[in-house]
Amino acid sequence: MIFIDFLLAFVIGGLICVIGQLLMDVGKLTPAHTLSTLVVAGSILAGLGWYQPLIDLAGAGATIPITSFGNALTTGAIAEAEKHGWVGVLTGMFEVTSSGISAAIVFGFIAALIFKPKGKVN
Amino acid sequence: MDQQQYQQIEDQITPPTPYFKNVIKAFLVGGLICTIGHAITYFYIIFFDFTETTVGNPTAATMVFIAMILTGLGLYRKLGQFAGAGSAVPVTGFSNAVVSAAIEHKTEGLVLGVGGNIFKLAGSVIVFGVASAFFVALIKLILVTMGVVEW
Amino acid sequence: MVIIFKTKPSIIACGAVAGPLEKKSVFYSYFDSVVEDERWNQKTNEQGHAMMIQEACNIIMKKANITNNLDIDFFLSGDLVNQMTPTNFAARELAVSFIGMFSACATSVSSAIVASLLTELGASKYAIAGSSSQHNSIERQFRYPVDYGGQKPETAQWTVTAAGYALIGKHDPKLPSIVAGTIGKVVDYGEVNPFHMGGAMAPAAFDTISSHLKKRNQKITDYDLIMTGDLGKIGLKILKAMFAQTGAKQEELDIFRDAGAEFYGEDKSFQSGASGAGCSASVYYSYIEQQLKTGRYKRVLLCATGALLSPLSFQQGQSIPCTAHAIEITME
Repeated sequence: MIFIDFLLAFVIGGLICVIGQLLMDVGKLTPAHTLSTLVVAGSILAGLGWYQPLIDLAGAGATIPITSFGNALTTGAIAEAEKHGWVGVLTGMFEVTSSGISAAIVFGFIAALIFKPKGKVN
Repeated sequence: MDQQQYQQIEDQITPPTPYFKNVIKAFLVGGLICTIGHAITYFYIIFFDFTETTVGNPTAATMVFIAMILTGLGLYRKLGQFAGAGSAVPVTGFSNAVVSAAIEHKTEGLVLGVGGNIFKLAGSVIVFGVASAFFVALIKLILVTMGVVEW
Repeated sequence: MVIIFKTKPSIIACGAVAGPLEKKSVFYSYFDSVVEDERWNQKTNEQGHAMMIQEACNIIMKKANITNNLDIDFFLSGDLVNQMTPTNFAARELAVSFIGMFSACATSVSSAIVASLLTELGASKYAIAGSSSQHNSIERQFRYPVDYGGQKPETAQWTVTAAGYALIGKHDPKLPSIVAGTIGKVVDYGEVNPFHMGGAMAPAAFDTISSHLKKRNQKITDYDLIMTGDLGKIGLKILKAMFAQTGAKQEELDIFRDAGAEFYGEDKSFQSGASGAGCSASVYYSYIEQQLKTGRYKRVLLCATGALLSPLSFQQGQSIPCTAHAIEITME
């Protein structure tokens, strides 16, 4: 059972990355365009209520890809909108955050203190 | 030789993008990164009192931390060359974009360099994430108000 | 436009220095010095870049027994960093008459053409010409931070850390001499992919080489070697295919070589090969000069290629304008 659980995380996570790869190779998008597209896709899926079932199914296979970032923000905004109506759509934007962003800022800052750019090929 | 003739020669000689190979590599590495993430969620659920709904945050933070170390050691760049979207799409790729920009601009100082450039690459993801969340929530609210859908 | 240098200015001495990774270069043994630290033990990449230029100039002065900076009449040089600050900062230390030159990676040759003109005019006894690039400072300006994990296609090229400079002066029959030069047009066949510079630049090289041969009334076989700057492996193939289509035979095509394609040998981690303003400069002003001096080559055409794009022009969706400049060097 636990094996199926991990397998689902692997396959769903891998497939989301495959979509990203196709956007880059076939769609000729830059990485920034690709990731922005995936984030927007995550938001839309969250709006349709389809992202949570994906998380229930695949766990980290759905929470680790960047699409989950759009999902987290949208789910937060919708929850606020449900509670407070029109005002909630706005205030929701100030409430919702993503741990990925905060962590990246903190660790990015720390990394800048510790590391030097490498620029070595091998 | 005009532009069209040249285009033909160029297309003939330029090696085609190895679509299949790239997709396989992205699938395997992307899947593997998610599997590691999955193992970390179990770690936090079993050893700390996180639940399935709250475990997302520490997991993402841990993955971001691992990616920071790999980026600083110059290893994430090599992984990226191999895996393409497989290492760019997971949150670790977001971390790599932030951390590499921060390290790169250290020479311009902590405020103008690191602070000013840390989101040089990853900023668009945040902008589109937040903006799309706003619009999706707005549309949903309108649809609910109109009685088309329910919360 | 072809310029014939009647006084045949000579290349008196050359200086080529490179970074640590360039030990992998097939031209490594021809370089004058290699530094272990990419930053030349300076605080920033750009300062290291400037140090590299200074070192190349110092090597030249030593070789030519010039002890005083002021004996150098002109310094003509360029690089790829915004406003060419590394070159400007190196020129500050050198403290001689200086004009910054920009033809992207074709600066190695455009600067030599101007130096030859000044020599021909009698205005210059000693002029230093050349160009340089430093991997980290160029990559972060044109592409991504060096530690960013983006996937590069097979057509991508690796910016070298290297500088190549030549001291150009009055004709000396024992030394390689510049007999003609062609200042190229800007050619743009609509390539938009910044990871396919070879494909963008090949038409410019084709244009410059063909017009040089035509105006000089020469055949490809009049040359022992026609060497382009940094088309890379794929760009060189494209250039050969263009000449093949105009009727060049295999033995003629074999005369074409490319500094960037050969720079890192067959190492796949450098994709299509080397690029950067230091690529052609460090090969021309070390390996080629030495081959001419030993008499292995009697007549060569060096055609450096440059992609005149900026990060802004790319983001604004413009295609990549390219240029190529050529000098014809003979050894008596």
